[in-house]
Amino acid sequence: MTYFVCVVGYCSLLGFLTLKTMNEKILEKLSILADAAKYDVSCASSGTTRPAVKGGIGTATGWGICHSFTPDGRCISLFKILLTNHCIYDCAYCTNRRSNDVKRTAFTPQELAELTIAFYQRNYIEGLFLSSGVMRNPDYTMEQMLRVVKLLREAYRFNGYIHMKAIPGASDELIAQAGRYADRMSVNLEIPSEENLKLLAPEKSYSEVFAPMRFIQQGMLESAEERKKFRSAPRFVPAGQSTQLIIGATPDSDRQILTLASALYRRPSFKRVYYSGYIPVNRGDSRLPALAAPPLVRENRLYQADWLMRFYEFKATEIVDESHPDLDLDVDPKMGWALRHPEFFPVDVNSAPYEMILRVPGIGVKSAKLIVVSRRYGRLSIPQLKKIGVVMKRAQYFIVNRELPMQTVNELTPQYVRRQVTQKQKNRAAELLQYAIEWGE
Amino acid sequence: MILFLYDKTFEGLLSCIFFAYARKRFPDMILSDTDQQPLFADERYVVDMDKEKASRVWSSLEKKLSKIARRMMMSVWISGLPETEMLLFRYIRKNIDHPQGVELNFGDVDVLRVKEIAQQVSREAHRLVQFVRFQETADGIWFAPIAPRYNLLPVVVKHFRSRYATQPWILYDTTRNQGLYWDTHAVNEVSFSPADLAALRLGQLEGEKQSDEEQLFQQMWKEYFRSITIRERLNPRLQRQHMPKKYWKYLTELQ
Repeated sequence: MTYFVCVVGYCSLLGFLTLKTMNEKILEKLSILADAAKYDVSCASSGTTRPAVKGGIGTATGWGICHSFTPDGRCISLFKILLTNHCIYDCAYCTNRRSNDVKRTAFTPQELAELTIAFYQRNYIEGLFLSSGVMRNPDYTMEQMLRVVKLLREAYRFNGYIHMKAIPGASDELIAQAGRYADRMSVNLEIPSEENLKLLAPEKSYSEVFAPMRFIQQGMLESAEERKKFRSAPRFVPAGQSTQLIIGATPDSDRQILTLASALYRRPSFKRVYYSGYIPVNRGDSRLPALAAPPLVRENRLYQADWLMRFYEFKATEIVDESHPDLDLDVDPKMGWALRHPEFFPVDVNSAPYEMILRVPGIGVKSAKLIVVSRRYGRLSIPQLKKIGVVMKRAQYFIVNRELPMQTVNELTPQYVRRQVTQKQKNRAAELLQYAIEWGE
Repeated sequence: MILFLYDKTFEGLLSCIFFAYARKRFPDMILSDTDQQPLFADERYVVDMDKEKASRVWSSLEKKLSKIARRMMMSVWISGLPETEMLLFRYIRKNIDHPQGVELNFGDVDVLRVKEIAQQVSREAHRLVQFVRFQETADGIWFAPIAPRYNLLPVVVKHFRSRYATQPWILYDTTRNQGLYWDTHAVNEVSFSPADLAALRLGQLEGEKQSDEEQLFQQMWKEYFRSITIRERLNPRLQRQHMPKKYWKYLTELQ
């Protein structure tokens, strides 16, 4: 908001009126550009620590902070906003595609920087997540975005978190500059296979998306190398990169999605892959399925599978394979694996290694760690396991303990166990199954 | 039954440990003067706080327990729950008696309970960091009313001091009627008169006490909150799970 400094008396009235209409304009921009940004699910403010700088505003804590939760249950950590919803592309799945008849607008870099600071000062947000439609061309758009983050970091001495989209097709020079200001950068793959991307977004290609990803990674590795030699060498995207895949807009299988995700996680710079259940924003396009509701359960299962790959030492090929290309919607992927591999069980929690305990359904990372340190003091009983946090409803079929009669998955058969663990779930509404997205890393 | 009476300070509690080992009398109950006293007690000892003895107990714990375990003990102390004294007493005693300490034996009820309470306290502290909302006052101070379950102001002050070093702020605990004021140089305690406090409890500053821009940015934030919601995914239950209703009182976006 530009304020008019009025020196003459009557000017203040004029100034006030202008201010009011300007504010209404900004309110409208905010409404349009937040609405257009909401389908990007990433919101994490984690992965980097920024200690306070003298005379500046803001810090980053390393683990991310959610400042609010919208009625859809999603976290607001960053001020997620588009610089503009003008777009030269016409991607079938996108609400901002050029053939859509929607109101178009754009923030000036100054307006957006001021709003970010005002929100930050009130503890509404951890920082800015800046994305944008592609205006004129990728370079022009990237330049405008760069102006916002430059203003924030230099003029306002903003030291909070910044997540920035890299616009595919923008020059390396611009992305290199952005990487100096941003904590995290991301480029969205959106569609899990190249042939389907070609179908839905003929103007885009995988190679165009992978190019900035590679460039960001290279910059990160170089900066890390430099900083080993000189501690003061500038940081480059210290919180790494992420991407998003839309689920259910194309016939791609979970196997395809998880194989792609696990390939991405093998890259050293990759911190997160987000899965976004497709919401039919553009009805009437014959290339897209007419879904009654977004595939929330499938999205949830994919996040669980993602967790298994990142924290439970599972390989994508163990979670899905040729004979099971899609995740079972009725049981979580860990239970699914356990039921397909009864020969692995039962596990004796009082003697088995950590990696094996981690494979037991109903035992999470925290419980597994507590079990491993506590059992040195003596055998753990079933009530103790329960208190530690083991969900016996699921774990009982997969562990042995002296007190427990041998009623494991091997005696009861996987089919029986499957019936037992799905019975109650069937009654639960889908909303309960919606994934409680954890933003920490 | 053996009863200890102490002065309700942490050092006082550590003095109880020293006293117990010196006299070989271990309490079934540790209370302070202000607590409801039991009608009968076989033995009753008034334990005076002794800084030196307390620090001897603490330094022996420092040798045996990790920093994490010691921080968990402090969290339990901050919780002020009725079970605090006896729980900490048993926890310390078990650690003293066991040659290597028992801090990792989560099969033990007391060790697990200490961890549980510490987690509750740190969750509550984290929620403060999440859900504090500052409002800019007409005199340029950023004001935030809070109402946490535990007395957490001292725990979160560091976070806000470093994050908002250049803006003067007040974090005000409306249930305990005490606040901290950061004037960009130092943190001082403040408290308001009962009349002011009643107005503060409402959460929203009155119009004339707000800065000119405050209403405007609150309106912008509410608009943002509305626009960023995906209607096809409404899930109020999940919202409440992450952000329980008791925190809504002071949340700008939900007024």
